[in-house]
Amino acid sequence: MAPNVAELAETFPKLLMRNAYLYGSRPAMRHKDLGIWQTWTWTQVLEIVSAYAVGLHRLGVKRGETVAIVGGNRPKLYWSVTAVQMLGAIPVPVYADAVADELAYVLAHADVRFAAVEDQEQIDKIQSVLKRVPKLELMVYDEKRGLRDYDHSRLRSMDDVIDDGRKALTGDPPVGAWLDAEIAAGKGSDPSIILYTSGTTGASKGVVLSSERSIRAAADTVAFDKLTANDVALAYLPLAWVGDHYLNYAQGMVSGFCMACPESPDTAMTDLREIGPSFYFAPPRTLELLLTRVMIRMEDAGFIKRKLFHYFIGVARQYGERILNGEPVPLKGRLLYGIGNFLVYGPLKNVLGFSRVRVAYTAGEAIGPDLFNFYRSIGLNLKQLYGQTEAFLYVTAQPDGEIYSDTVGPACPNVDIRIAENGEVQFKSPGMFTGYFKDDAKTAEAMTPDGYVKTGDAGFFDEKTGHLKIIDRAKDVGRLNDGTLFPPKYIENKLKFYPNIREAVALGDKCEFVCVMLNIDLTAVGSWAERNNVVYASYQELAGHPLVYDMIEKHVAEVNHSLAADMIMAGAQIKRFLILHKELDADDGELTRTQKVRRGFIADRYVPLIKALYDGSEEADISTEVTFEDGRKGVISARVKIRDMKTEPAPAMGKAA
Amino acid sequence: MRAPSGPEIAVGDVLLSVESVSLSFGGVKAVSDVSFDIRKGEIRAIIGPNGAGKTSMLNIINGFYHPQQGRIIFKGKARSKMRPHEAAHGGIARTFQNVALFRGMTALDNIMAGRALKMRTSFFWQLFRYGPAMREEVEHRHRVEEIIDFLKIQEIRRVPVGRLPYGLQKRVELGRALAMEPELLLLDEPMAGMNLEEKEDMSRFVLDVNDYYGTTIALIEHDMGVVMDLSDRVVVLDHGIKIADGTPTEVKNNQAVVDAYLGVAH
Repeated sequence: MAPNVAELAETFPKLLMRNAYLYGSRPAMRHKDLGIWQTWTWTQVLEIVSAYAVGLHRLGVKRGETVAIVGGNRPKLYWSVTAVQMLGAIPVPVYADAVADELAYVLAHADVRFAAVEDQEQIDKIQSVLKRVPKLELMVYDEKRGLRDYDHSRLRSMDDVIDDGRKALTGDPPVGAWLDAEIAAGKGSDPSIILYTSGTTGASKGVVLSSERSIRAAADTVAFDKLTANDVALAYLPLAWVGDHYLNYAQGMVSGFCMACPESPDTAMTDLREIGPSFYFAPPRTLELLLTRVMIRMEDAGFIKRKLFHYFIGVARQYGERILNGEPVPLKGRLLYGIGNFLVYGPLKNVLGFSRVRVAYTAGEAIGPDLFNFYRSIGLNLKQLYGQTEAFLYVTAQPDGEIYSDTVGPACPNVDIRIAENGEVQFKSPGMFTGYFKDDAKTAEAMTPDGYVKTGDAGFFDEKTGHLKIIDRAKDVGRLNDGTLFPPKYIENKLKFYPNIREAVALGDKCEFVCVMLNIDLTAVGSWAERNNVVYASYQELAGHPLVYDMIEKHVAEVNHSLAADMIMAGAQIKRFLILHKELDADDGELTRTQKVRRGFIADRYVPLIKALYDGSEEADISTEVTFEDGRKGVISARVKIRDMKTEPAPAMGKAA
Repeated sequence: MRAPSGPEIAVGDVLLSVESVSLSFGGVKAVSDVSFDIRKGEIRAIIGPNGAGKTSMLNIINGFYHPQQGRIIFKGKARSKMRPHEAAHGGIARTFQNVALFRGMTALDNIMAGRALKMRTSFFWQLFRYGPAMREEVEHRHRVEEIIDFLKIQEIRRVPVGRLPYGLQKRVELGRALAMEPELLLLDEPMAGMNLEEKEDMSRFVLDVNDYYGTTIALIEHDMGVVMDLSDRVVVLDHGIKIADGTPTEVKNNQAVVDAYLGVAH
């Protein structure tokens, strides 16, 4: 039923009408207000959105113009999106936590005359930059608190707008017919939404998505993950982010599932447990945070509970993944896992709000295999996907039963992927963007002449599985002198997945072989040292300890082993490594404020060490200036030892082919 | 909701006035011959150096201490002595310098406790949570949820307050006082021990309470910046004696106040 009906509807307002017809009395939206979950059915949503659209029209919103949507995950803001689309205007969502400056840039660049905003905070922010947004005429707001004394000549409450529209609709029959005509006039090729990229690399760009493409892409993945009107998702990630618009708004419209909005941004975890979603998305950082919280609470639990937990987590690590993948598992394993599920995994998933999750995704950055496998082992069907705003999110996704922690899966249905000469991943997909708003030059830059989108990421297809592996940003990927691909971040991430390794810097571009400089994690290695009677007085002393070197050497050897398994990466195995005598620090300029390694700066600063790594010396002397927290400067000198590593042979050509 | 007893008082009229009140503990004069008034709808600050008698003053208004001399007129009714529960019934609520919450209870239960005064059904019905008691509980819970929403503490609703950071405990305490729907809210150093951000948040809430609920507020505060920004009028005490009374600007430029705070060269 779903696929062909989706083909009938080419815009979101038409989908809404279809949903009201098909799923009329089923829940479309939930929101926790004053401690109680409120529910709206598809029929109610259609009624509200229609009234809202008429109200907006009466305020002067016209076809083809842009309307900004500023705020968090609130039903009325999602309805603002649909109401604006009903009129043939284009919603432009903006991140709720955007600072005034970014907000001003987006509002001005998108030429908005109207804005639908959440509350006083956003209104204050916009009013502080009003001079830079000369075209803005009117704001409608959801939350009236604190706005009583504001000048209302350019402000309206959303409730008033909806009421006004409702009166017009009920009092005047032609208005209803007019609205139906407006909705019918919407074409699939019209822009459906403009999503501004976060702008980490320069000014943010407005990605224009058309509604037929958005809907076609969403229909593909709805079928891929078998989502239906019985599913529930919690919309807790930023409304202006492509992920939320795709996963919740577009997929919800196509499949008719229910979207729940949290009570406040801080209550998402509790709300998750209360709603019990069946479709869930979380970035790796959130999953890590949850796991840490569980682990800390388990350490505080009683002796029996703690033992029970660790024993059954061990069982899960052994069998859980295989059971989830439907592989053969011995009877003993199944029995133990069953008991574990009753005693540990079930209750744990319940606490985390995962009891009913059928499909869960993570994306955004590399996820550690331990972390990824933990969630899968307790029975959460967590999968990875790879995508970007320009693709309307999905490029690849892992199908059920074919999950590997180090790949992002094969191309999604109807997506065409190729790897360019320089290793860059390029794709053509049903949901791909139509261009950057008001920026043809940038659009042309992002596309190949034959219509593929350049992702800017380097990757390759894994021989064994045929899945895509993303290794690094294309511009960061270098080559060894023998021509082997050298993706520094890929190697560094593999190392950083070990809790003992805090930071890693891989060297190798235009060199003979790959070397790494490491920072140990003082907390993890420190607690190891305590347990093993290793005495140390400082980071420097611990970092130089032979036993610590032995331990790290094992980790590096494991990384080499996993690199060797890949034909393409086998040549980039680590030949030599050292542990730095000091922690890399943003105060010393070695890291950015967001804790990213500044490669160029480090290369200049540690010249003697890098020289020693490549000339075969056993150790090297280094003295570096450091800045203390109070701004004073000092010098740390040390003699740093270097270890050689064995490399493993690459898999034979014949076997791979 | 029950209308507070006594005559209606228009905004701007005197809600409470303190007339020549004196209080001493043994030989120590905590407050001597102090008079001032609080008008409906204003934010009134009581300031002064340590030991000036600010908290004693609040305790007198609150009915916790009984002044030896003088009288207090609240909503047109003069009295020389009042018990705390009478004050509470009359529409006076307060928070404490040191947070005084039920530490083992959740934030929600603590604020619900503030509604106890408004409960009408008998203990018997309450015991079984049945019939009218249930309906009443739901109604009170609704009011409490509005306060939780107002103070933006949804995420800590079910957390025992003992586990909360200090700034949030203060907010819960404010919530409990608000649950009483007071006409006059007494805040004893609401910002003490807070960092700048918490102070800004709390100031915003104090202003919002005053604006949204129309509650008259009397507050004691040490942070001069806060006092100057928040209050409509300020009364200054020093060694139990009133040394100044007026708008923040007037008080700031008053020589007696400057001397009291900075000390006088002898």
